[in-house]
Amino acid sequence: MNETAYERVKAAREGSRPTGLDYITNIFKGFMEFHGDRRYADDPAIVGGIAKLMDDPVTVIAIEKGHTAKERAYRNFGAPHPEGYRKALRLMKQAEKFGRPVICFIDTAGAYCGIGAEERGQGQAIAENLMEMSTLCVPVISILIGEGGSGGALALGVADRVWMLENAVYSVISPEGCASILWKDSGKAKTAAQSLKLTAEDAKSLGVIERILSEKEMGKKEFYDRIRNLLSEELKSLTRDAELITHRYERFRKLGVSAITKE
Amino acid sequence: MALINFLKPKNQLEEGGRTSAPIVRDESEPETNCPNCHRDIPLSRLWANKLVCTCGHHFRMNARARIKMIADRDSFHELFAELSADDPLRFPGYRTKLEHVRVASYEKEAVICGTAAVGKEKCALFVQESNFMMGSMGSAVGEKVTRLFEYAVAHRLPVIGFTVSGGARMQEGLLSLMQMAKTSAAVRRHSDAGLLYIAVLTDPTTGGVTASFAMEADITLAEPGATVGFAGARVIEQTTKKTLPKGFQKAEFVLEHGFIDSIVPRPGQKRCLAELLKMHNGGQSHE
Repeated sequence: MNETAYERVKAAREGSRPTGLDYITNIFKGFMEFHGDRRYADDPAIVGGIAKLMDDPVTVIAIEKGHTAKERAYRNFGAPHPEGYRKALRLMKQAEKFGRPVICFIDTAGAYCGIGAEERGQGQAIAENLMEMSTLCVPVISILIGEGGSGGALALGVADRVWMLENAVYSVISPEGCASILWKDSGKAKTAAQSLKLTAEDAKSLGVIERILSEKEMGKKEFYDRIRNLLSEELKSLTRDAELITHRYERFRKLGVSAITKE
Repeated sequence: MALINFLKPKNQLEEGGRTSAPIVRDESEPETNCPNCHRDIPLSRLWANKLVCTCGHHFRMNARARIKMIADRDSFHELFAELSADDPLRFPGYRTKLEHVRVASYEKEAVICGTAAVGKEKCALFVQESNFMMGSMGSAVGEKVTRLFEYAVAHRLPVIGFTVSGGARMQEGLLSLMQMAKTSAAVRRHSDAGLLYIAVLTDPTTGGVTASFAMEADITLAEPGATVGFAGARVIEQTTKKTLPKGFQKAEFVLEHGFIDSIVPRPGQKRCLAELLKMHNGGQSHE
């Protein structure tokens, strides 16, 4: 816990960490993947489908980075295109129709910065997810398992509960990007990481997340068992009525209010 | 100048002991060079044409000027003017930067909110300010925009919003990122109440603002030539190592790709907005 913020960033990016699909296959039973956004394409950087949590059907969505070099290239290193976000939204609306809770696993350096991504409305795709998720009539829990890079991460993060792995990071911009814009020196990434308050503890103290998940025995059966139990317990506590939407609204509504001067 | 010298009559007196005074350009006609057509345009003409060059280039316009241009005379009533950024993360240099920007822009924050009449149609109006940290969205901007949408729901008003932004304000870290979710939820509530929201995207509208309330309107308009995108062009070039297509992320490009309803040049904006408000029954859905 005494590591510097930038060491956390490096830990969050570590290639040996479990990726989205590892969580899906180890926590849930009978995952069946559903492909495509029904608009243009299927984005391998985001996987989604239905599975059982204990015995209850849920919709699961994860940003997938891949493990091997080949996988990572195929998954575009977990940098989604607009199609990925649109697929995720399609699956969330499907979950809403059938009353299934939605569980998201977030792990991305950010939404992909590419020509095609811009041409097909990366900003619009993220915006639509933020707006639609804010009134989704089923419980949503999002877990940041590695990198939580800006809008590309938030697009799966408008949830009733947001949790973070202890070495995950969540930030408005990468420390390198921040340092190069503010101080014209990407070498000052360490200072930027410290200043951005992007660790799990920071996020919790800012009220952005509810829970920090221990990485003890990460990747082992006990680790996944623990998360499965927590998810199951938490879903029991979430209502499925208009109050759910009101609480979700208020959850985000209050963020930043104390960061304002009123005079 | 050369032309004037050429036309000057050859007069004997010129050769005499008098010192010829240089003919200076008429000082009542100062000019500026247009970055688009590279011609000099008299400032008076720019003023008369709402800061639009004869070639069609739209010069940037500050928020107060826009309000003056769009709102009926004396109809604008500012709301939430008391809210401004604090320095929640004690981010290095942020407080100093804020103080400087406040003095330079004479604004407290990067968005101005209020109510106004546009062509006698009442609406809630927000206008982002490019002179304030390039319209970046921090907690105060998010709060003001959110409050305006909430106010509009409570008073059954349509919302017109002029966006200009470099994105989320990184000096407020995660809290600025969360403003994207917060404002989006507020837009959704306003929409669910059956009320109209028109966004006018101006140069530049990028990052977290594009990925939230700029792209969530019922009707999305843009100014000609405005940069509208999510990622910055330079970042995309560095990431992809490709040359960007001509006109990339310009309003015309974004229109062609289907993400904007119409491009409306500044001189016609007020009439267009008033007409849209009227056609939507003052921003309320028809029974």
